[in-house]
Amino acid sequence: MNTTPPLIEVKDLSIGFDNHAGDTLPILRNIDLTLYPGETIGLVGESGCGKSTLALAMMGFLKPPLRVLNGVSLFKGQDMFSLNDSELESIRGGDLALIPQNAGQSLTPTMRIGKQIIEALRLHTNLPKEQWYARAVELLTQVRLPEPEILLARYPHELSGGQQQRGAIAMALAAEPDVLLLDEPTTGLDVTTQAHVLELLRALALETGTAMVYVSHDLGAIAQVCDQVVVMYAGEIVFSGTANQVLKRPVHPYARGLLSSIPRLKDAVVPPSMPGQPPAPGGVGKGCAFVDRCSMAEHRCYEERPALEVTAKSELVRCHFYQKIDQLPPVEMPTRRESNIADQADILLNLDQVAISYTKPRILDQILGKQSKAPATVDRIDLKIARGETIGLVGESGSGKSTILRAIAGLITPVNGTIKFDSSENLNQIVDKRSKDVLRRIQMIFQNPDSSLNPRHTVAEILAQPLKLYFGLQGQELRDRTEALLNRVRLRTDYLERLPSQLSGGEKQRVAIARAFAAAPDLVLCDEVTSALDVSVQAAVLELLTELQGERFTTYIFVSHDLSVVRAVADRVAVLYLGRLCETGPSENVFGIPSHPYTEALLGAVLEPDPDVRPKLVAEDILELSPPTTGCPFQRRCSRRIGKVCDQEVPPWQMTMDGHEIACHIPLRELRALQEKKA
Amino acid sequence: MNMKLENFAKSRGVFASLYKVLADMLSRPSGKLGLSLVCFHIILAIISPAITPYDFKVMDADLILKGPSALHWLGTDNLGRDILSRTMLGGRQALMVTIVATFLAIAWGGMLGILLGLIGGWIENSILRLVDAFLSIPWILFLLLIVSVVGLGNAILIPTLAFFYGIPVVRMSRAATHDVVALDYITAARARGESRVTIVRKELLPNVLDILLVEGAMRWSWMLLAFSSLSFLGFGVAPPAADWGLMISGSRSYMAIAPLAVLAPVVALSTLIIGINLSADALAKALGIDRAQKAPV
Repeated sequence: MNTTPPLIEVKDLSIGFDNHAGDTLPILRNIDLTLYPGETIGLVGESGCGKSTLALAMMGFLKPPLRVLNGVSLFKGQDMFSLNDSELESIRGGDLALIPQNAGQSLTPTMRIGKQIIEALRLHTNLPKEQWYARAVELLTQVRLPEPEILLARYPHELSGGQQQRGAIAMALAAEPDVLLLDEPTTGLDVTTQAHVLELLRALALETGTAMVYVSHDLGAIAQVCDQVVVMYAGEIVFSGTANQVLKRPVHPYARGLLSSIPRLKDAVVPPSMPGQPPAPGGVGKGCAFVDRCSMAEHRCYEERPALEVTAKSELVRCHFYQKIDQLPPVEMPTRRESNIADQADILLNLDQVAISYTKPRILDQILGKQSKAPATVDRIDLKIARGETIGLVGESGSGKSTILRAIAGLITPVNGTIKFDSSENLNQIVDKRSKDVLRRIQMIFQNPDSSLNPRHTVAEILAQPLKLYFGLQGQELRDRTEALLNRVRLRTDYLERLPSQLSGGEKQRVAIARAFAAAPDLVLCDEVTSALDVSVQAAVLELLTELQGERFTTYIFVSHDLSVVRAVADRVAVLYLGRLCETGPSENVFGIPSHPYTEALLGAVLEPDPDVRPKLVAEDILELSPPTTGCPFQRRCSRRIGKVCDQEVPPWQMTMDGHEIACHIPLRELRALQEKKA
Repeated sequence: MNMKLENFAKSRGVFASLYKVLADMLSRPSGKLGLSLVCFHIILAIISPAITPYDFKVMDADLILKGPSALHWLGTDNLGRDILSRTMLGGRQALMVTIVATFLAIAWGGMLGILLGLIGGWIENSILRLVDAFLSIPWILFLLLIVSVVGLGNAILIPTLAFFYGIPVVRMSRAATHDVVALDYITAARARGESRVTIVRKELLPNVLDILLVEGAMRWSWMLLAFSSLSFLGFGVAPPAADWGLMISGSRSYMAIAPLAVLAPVVALSTLIIGINLSADALAKALGIDRAQKAPV
């Protein structure tokens, strides 16, 4: 179909490393991939499937101790692994540019953005000196950065995460590359920012015709940018086709499993999880790599490695039985879970006008009894949480979600307001002053199990800590209880003697969950508990949390930036912007209309793994560190500002009948009309 | 590895983890070479008084600056003493002094650093400024001052070396403590309501100790060099004792006639220092401190 020569050709490439014992373990196995000018290819798969290794191999780069076992990686016909350093240098950053995950770290912190872009122009283009500045302005305009002249004079830390990523893209574009390699370029950005960056990439691909290789674990992001999608598993390509083919009706069981484990905003259910995890390097037998996790595996799948076959629709698929996949019953969607709330009036936790500040008031102000002028990090939080309820706290980074959790856990004390637990216990004290019983009844699960589990402790020791502390268990009793806990989170008993480094990410998070539930808590604070996990694992962890809640009648406060996840588990949702509540209410109402303009922006930015559904960009993408001193906290980014009143007056809480509240100056009826028109 | 050893490796406890770390170190070429060099020198230092062919201080006017022979394998020095015997004995005092001083330096520096990291605030800051002030003092001059006022001897050398070499350890263990304290497992333990003592003992110390161990190994090699420099300057060990630094300084004028008199102690000292450095490297890798070298995936 293409007559032009390909830009990148990867032929039968295998990459691996030699382990301690002298065995060669492959990371990539027999990869064939071709990229033509103007194409955008997405590489997807769980972590450890070799996507990033492949992208780096296209640049001729291998992380030591990796080495090429077989095959070639060609760029415009040249074998990247046979070039010397100076030849590689002239290609990298010139014809072939990489945009890494964390652009903030790839920009030089001590150099102004403009200087960095000009540096790229000086090195990789023949542009005369006097045109550099004009071209830099043009590039920043091209990546849709407002006021480029001002931004050129800024240092990287003065830009928001999204602006930094745009800056990095502008730098990469400076050399007018033929190919952009993007390695998880939006992971770690806020949802709204992510949507903006993806929109930009899509537009750039159309305008400039730059070919792109987009590496991501996020099918939603892939759907926005790529026309071709390659699914990788255990270092090999298992399925590839157009975005529509892969994301709408995949014929490979792995792609299908990945797709169905993504929570969808419209469903409000925990999606079905995919059991197991990808095999470790060298852990693939003679059969199909996916066989242990496949629901349609047969004898042949264990014996014979499937070849990459071309289907009738010219997709490539590595499966013996792909033709039978349509005969499988459609993946069963669980029904909407029952709410655990017995009595909405039975309040377990009550936050009343809570304010939290990280800056200590100055000594002089303290003596004079003056209020410090800096606005509090979190302010005016009113929340009543019923026993057995799951409340979702959502908002971008810096919205104070985790700060509120830390105050409830007693790690910081509020400067104002009260937190009441079970109608009598005052939680305004720090942990040291709380009774052991209150401590036991409130437990916390952290975002990253890598840092929440002590690397020096075995699983048995980790689980024993709360059991010893709260119940004084010892000896056989302690061992029995630890085993029971481990089994409850579906881990085998032989995991007891393992160290965290010997567990996968999902397993670690299960141990962290078991540790929290060891205390038999009433309230569990979940701080972004799934955001460090792969989607397939995320679904299983959400499922486990829902089950445990059903058994023990636990109350959850569920903090997440991922609205689809919150939609899947929460009964009620509270939306925060810069530490101020914007909207609270039952989740079906908050996720419907009318909603606060900020919620609207968040919802619009949610990515669906569907190429036909585009995010709606409403809010401005600017960096805000602290709220304005007067008026509505969201005034500077709001797309529905109605005038001076937004800057000067704190918006009133408008209530509907079913407990749905919105803090906005626009009357609800008007807001609904405006949002309906847009939809 | 037989079954018994394998079970031992899986069991817990100080000895088992020590065994695991040693096994890991020995599985690396740097660890193999480093540990054997260090062990060789330590064993030699212990048994050398019993096995040296000659008395190290007996002088022989007929044998001044002789080359290697069947009787004196490495020849003799300017006072007619056997170089081989002197080299074999030359590390004894250096090893003894530096091992004790390293241990003391890590102990006081490490403890103060952890304490500072936990206390924080203005106490931490003011003590750190003091540490910086001491770091700026050229310690060798300071030492010369002490030695010329108080006199020579191990009772002076060990505490002085331990003091000066413990100062950078304060900074480092404070930084390590800060890194660990910021991690979620410490927060989790605090939120659980564990006592401060438990948090320090169970959560913090095991993670800081690794770094201190590696730091200690590195400091040991620097201290050896420092001790030998002192001897070379005449402030470490008093003649006629056999010591590498002293031997080098005594024989350097006759280097053209009897090169082995300088070469032998130099080789001995450098093999020991290389051995310690390689072992420290392997130790860091075995403890997983040096993350850059970890295998991918």
